[in-house]
Amino acid sequence: MVLRVLQGMAGLLLLMQTSMASAVLTIEIIGAGEHQIPVSIVPFGGDEKIAQSIHEVVTGDLLRSGLFRLVDPTGKSPHVPAEVSFPDWEVRGAEALAIGTVAAQGGRVEARFRLLDVVKQTELIAQAVSASENQIRAIGHRIADLIYEKLTGDKGVFSTRIAYVNRQGTKFSLIVADSDGHNEQVVLAQNEPIMSPAWSPDGSQLAYVSFETGHAVVYVQSLYSNQRRVLANFRGSNSAPVWSPDGKQMALVLTRDGSSQIYLARPDGSDIRRITFSGAIDTEPHFSPDGQYLLFTSDRGGSPQIYRMPVKGGATERLTFGEGSNFSPRHSPDGKNFLFAHLRNGRFYIALQDFQTGQMSLLTEGGWEKKPSFAPNGKLILFASEGRGRGILATVSSDGRVKQHMFTQSGDAREPVWGPYP
Amino acid sequence: MRKLVISVVLVNLLAACASEPKKESVAEAPAPAPVTKKAEAPKMAPAAPAKAAVDPLDDPTSILAKRSVYYPFDVAVVQDEDKPVVQAHAKYLSEHSNRNVRLEGNCDERGSNEYNLGLGQRRADGVKKMLELGGASAGQLESVSYGEEKPRASGHDEASWSQNRRTDLNYAR
Repeated sequence: MVLRVLQGMAGLLLLMQTSMASAVLTIEIIGAGEHQIPVSIVPFGGDEKIAQSIHEVVTGDLLRSGLFRLVDPTGKSPHVPAEVSFPDWEVRGAEALAIGTVAAQGGRVEARFRLLDVVKQTELIAQAVSASENQIRAIGHRIADLIYEKLTGDKGVFSTRIAYVNRQGTKFSLIVADSDGHNEQVVLAQNEPIMSPAWSPDGSQLAYVSFETGHAVVYVQSLYSNQRRVLANFRGSNSAPVWSPDGKQMALVLTRDGSSQIYLARPDGSDIRRITFSGAIDTEPHFSPDGQYLLFTSDRGGSPQIYRMPVKGGATERLTFGEGSNFSPRHSPDGKNFLFAHLRNGRFYIALQDFQTGQMSLLTEGGWEKKPSFAPNGKLILFASEGRGRGILATVSSDGRVKQHMFTQSGDAREPVWGPYP
Repeated sequence: MRKLVISVVLVNLLAACASEPKKESVAEAPAPAPVTKKAEAPKMAPAAPAKAAVDPLDDPTSILAKRSVYYPFDVAVVQDEDKPVVQAHAKYLSEHSNRNVRLEGNCDERGSNEYNLGLGQRRADGVKKMLELGGASAGQLESVSYGEEKPRASGHDEASWSQNRRTDLNYAR
């Protein structure tokens, strides 16, 4: 596994500097997938500046997935099918070709694009994508999703969003950004810690833990109105909120009855009921995709490990054993695996374990890597890492082959979590 | 755009603060603290008033000047060397029923933020329990956790971690 990753790293080291006005990130992509689809993305015709912006987003997204090899289109610039000479692209080794045009009118931008199969010489997609002129990146992400879906058969996640906490000295902000880290929006900024952001299943709300009143309190905030409500404010610590997949209930952790225990509540904070009774630290609940089970972290066996219990009550099962301790479990979207942070000999790794075989694999080389979460298609994993002495965001493909580091402009990025499909 | 978002959030924050006046029960504390427990006091009645003005909590040479206890990794039990500190604070609190203290548990960064929040709470609750056993009343005590969110030292090394694994006794002014 590690050897393969190292080979991949030698294969490709790419540094992208973005030039958008809102750009605050440096992105590094390390590694390469085994079976990459060679595709050429021709900068679109029409408004050159807009076309360039879209091109950067589309190519950046496709590269980050690790599933594509970008074939340089230099020297050829077809924008409509009549201008395409397929042998030109076959010679360059491209199997697919994206062309198109952009136009801006009345505050809106429209991109008309086509994806062509170079080998079969057929058209795979012909679609117009439009957005207001301040959302050009969204057009790029949408086009990247369409290309990704057509060529891989999986749903794309480039149009999804992520949430994380940025810490600068004693200043904390809760940030929502595009899946590539761009287009940051500040949801909450204060001088007390913020932890554990969690997305509602429809992406309209964030739950999080804030210390603004002097202790850990769980809030739920609408991303549209910015209005928020207290979900839980009992004595001690209120934390680790998470929604059930159907959005009808939430799990959270309270210390009101002693040590950290897991409770269920309605999303309005009513009907709070305790569901673990260990006297140990039980925390970080996460619902299975079918809503039937909770994974959680507990030190009931002596060290922090991953456990699973039925939401409706019943036998609790320990899932991780062996050397080290384990934290922050998350189900994969297909329910077959779970992710967690593995601590061994003073290093944190991102680990994946198969429910059926119990086999654990490490997806990263180790370091200060915490708080993993799946993209909604299960193909990419977002986590907190460290680089150049700062907390950064990172992704790794679910096969461990392709990694990406996202450096925010300043401060430490912490507690990231990938949002749902829009 | 961002400025706008921040200002909206700030307004929300203010609104939230305004709508939840979380008042500590300062007003309910008996103001001039009737010293009920001083059985020996009558012997030296003349000297007492002058001495009483000096709060031992403000004496930098007193054991009460120690306001933190420290822990090994992933441990929440007060260590033997710190027990006299906690016991001294328990005695002080039992004799000064108007004083309130917040117990703030902290952790090093080796764990998830949420696990550490739980561990810090367990540390603070452990000190709270010891203070209660020593005579402090529950109403004087509040235990909270900051987990790994407010480190005193920020290095990835034992020198930093050992400072961050602690419970602070924070007296209300």
